[in-house]
Amino acid sequence: MTQDAYNESNTDLLNIELQLLMEAIYLRYGYDFRNYSKTHIKRRVLHHLGINMLSSITQLQDRILRDRAVFNGLLDDLSINVTEMFRDPEFYKSLREKIIPKLRTYAYFKIWQAGCSTGEEVYSIAILLKEEGLLDRCQVYATDFNRKVLEIAKEGVYQKSEIEQFERNYELSGGKNKLSDYYKSRYGSVIFNRELSNKIVFADHNLVTDKVFADVNLILCRNVLIYFEKSLQENVIGLFYDSLVPSGILCLGTKESIKFSRYEHLFDVVDEKQKIYKKKIM
Amino acid sequence: MYKAIVMGASYGGLEALKIILPQFPAGFPVPVIVVLHIGDHDNEIFLGYMNEMCPLQVKEAESNEPIRKGFIYFAPPNYHLLIEADFTFSLTTDEKHNYSRPSIDVLFESAAWAYTKNLIGVVLTGANSDGALGLKTIKDYGGMTMIQSPCSALSPAMPGAALKIAHPEFSLKLEGIADKLIELVNSDR
Repeated sequence: MTQDAYNESNTDLLNIELQLLMEAIYLRYGYDFRNYSKTHIKRRVLHHLGINMLSSITQLQDRILRDRAVFNGLLDDLSINVTEMFRDPEFYKSLREKIIPKLRTYAYFKIWQAGCSTGEEVYSIAILLKEEGLLDRCQVYATDFNRKVLEIAKEGVYQKSEIEQFERNYELSGGKNKLSDYYKSRYGSVIFNRELSNKIVFADHNLVTDKVFADVNLILCRNVLIYFEKSLQENVIGLFYDSLVPSGILCLGTKESIKFSRYEHLFDVVDEKQKIYKKKIM
Repeated sequence: MYKAIVMGASYGGLEALKIILPQFPAGFPVPVIVVLHIGDHDNEIFLGYMNEMCPLQVKEAESNEPIRKGFIYFAPPNYHLLIEADFTFSLTTDEKHNYSRPSIDVLFESAAWAYTKNLIGVVLTGANSDGALGLKTIKDYGGMTMIQSPCSALSPAMPGAALKIAHPEFSLKLEGIADKLIELVNSDR
């Protein structure tokens, strides 16, 4: 757990070094972790020190400033890439029942999945759209700040060992076919059909430092805001608000909410439990 | 002066918590924060039931929520629960730790960082070793540590591991845990 270099006697030192590291990363590489949850960052950085056998954050900072590859290593540890297909099946059920009928009224629409990580959830969306006959009428954007996970997402290749869980979720979410209709098995992996990934544009975008995406009809950003401090959450919800068309839909993670944010009154609640909101027409 | 109690339970934990938590009286001066390994299941019904049974208010911990006395907080299923330096909660979906999410170690370590010596950590019944390292961190930071005595636990592995690794100050039977916690919290006030 806690690194040997840091213990109860020098917690202040640890906190100072962490703050300096976040500042250094921002100045050098433009990635802004300064308003991420501090305890989360602390855990990840200490974990990173441990596996790289570094004795202090200052030592890590010295290397990061001089070597992009070292920074990329830390970036991987700071970005959370734990996800699954049709994660929270109830959410996808609600999306299918309550949001798909709205999307059907558009001749053409745009979907943005922000923080797509390795792509499991965006392929889930593509499958859902395909089953509802809407895949040809839309453009899906999937973005993340970590280029490495974007590459994995683009490939659409996942471990066979994970598929059982994905299939279970898919069924619970009200899937109309079999998940295996959408992928081919190859050795220990499965590869999802090109028909799905062809409709998805994968792009590098940082919610903290980059600008709005214009005129999107549906935004999905699930389990990203939980890593942010309140002020940053507000900024990002504002970015989503500005990116949505009037009556556009915002979907957050089950433990995330616009409640108590200054944007609360600018959205209607579509599904309180599944955290689905609709931008009001002003 | 103790400012919070953190508690971890796994297999058999539901029954143990049903005995301990209702004993905390209204006006209990510190918050109680609990990780119970419950799988991916929604715990709404269980929390509603506990809320009926307890004089303190029982609720699920929410992201960025300030931690207040008068409450018993539970980690949401499938999220790690962390405590920030400003005594608010944060949640993560980081990989499982000890095959668990929420993990007791993750809560305990972050609680030790935030509350240092003003914290009491308790490891209850369970069939794995989650919580042992976290309890040691609490001790390292000067907090008070307690386990349910392994011989009295439905599943002795978890308090047993905590005993070995953290050498806690107290090892108590289930029936004695709430009384001791109330005594500790009141004695230094």
